Amino acid sequence: MSEWFDQFAELCAAKKVFALATVVRGENLGAKLIIHPDGTYSGLLGDGALTESVIGDAVRLMALEQSETIAYDDVHVFIETYAPPPRLLIVGGVHTAIPLAQYAQLLGFRVTIVDGRGRFATRERFPDVDELIVEWPDDVIPRLQIDQSTYVVVLTHDPKFDLPTLKALATTQPRYIGAMGSRETRRQHMAELRAQGVSDEFLKTVYGPVGLDLGGRSPAEMALAIMAQIIAVRYNRRGGHLMHAAAE
Amino acid sequence: MDEILDEIQTWRARGDDVALATVVWTGGSTPRAIGAKMAVNARGEFVGSVSGGCVEGAVIDQARAVLKSGKPQLLNYGISDDMAWDVGLACGGSIQVFVEKI
Repeated sequence: MSEWFDQFAELCAAKKVFALATVVRGENLGAKLIIHPDGTYSGLLGDGALTESVIGDAVRLMALEQSETIAYDDVHVFIETYAPPPRLLIVGGVHTAIPLAQYAQLLGFRVTIVDGRGRFATRERFPDVDELIVEWPDDVIPRLQIDQSTYVVVLTHDPKFDLPTLKALATTQPRYIGAMGSRETRRQHMAELRAQGVSDEFLKTVYGPVGLDLGGRSPAEMALAIMAQIIAVRYNRRGGHLMHAAAE
Repeated sequence: MDEILDEIQTWRARGDDVALATVVWTGGSTPRAIGAKMAVNARGEFVGSVSGGCVEGAVIDQARAVLKSGKPQLLNYGISDDMAWDVGLACGGSIQVFVEKI
């Protein structure tokens, strides 16, 4: 009965990319197919032509991280795609990093903290984060497999850490980079990094001052503004009041 | 799914039958997006959600019926002139919820 569910739960636990297709209307109601990004699959939907069409659509939807019910004549199939959770990389185990890590975990992000200073990056301060790395950020960043599901926040707020960190990040392609600091700090950082050969194209993508304009100044409020910005970036929104947003 | 998977596994480990309700289609403004899930066991315990609370009660009843019959069901909820829908969404949107035994 629930063979598909065991496989499904296993794939979820292993944080794999996959799609689960279910017949929700028509013949073979409830029939399931599990599809992998390379088009391999397990399960049975009924006839071969339907299976082939569903696999094609599932592979396409996995690339878009979207789920959809698609009508194949009289048979409707819900294709649900699963992707590993996004990751938040926090550079600097400072005070604001503590609530930021908590918000991120609540929102389903895996959290990695990197700080070269062992006094900041401790399990006492960050008991629940997925990864705690006591090493210089610019040494670690090349090893971290930073990709489009990674969001980076630089909280060190000290040019001797910020500059090498941002320089190392310039060779990676995360979904988001935010850097703590005032407009003046940003101006100085940008000038210095430009002088070191970092491209304007990259520097323009760094969000700083970091966060949405929520107004709060406490570490928890700043963390919320940063996390809110990350969510807005994730879904390609500007942030702001829904009541002032144009109707979809 | 992650947030309800642990609970489902706990129920299954103790031998309970579990039904899974999934939002498979949405129209207009709806409280939860496609893929939102709620699991219900035969005792009527539930975890997760498929709306902002407006249709959960009805889905739980249907889920228990699905656990008895073993037959999956596609449920429609929305605002309509059709008075057959006695449970609706206050937001003006409509959803389809697929309920199956796992």
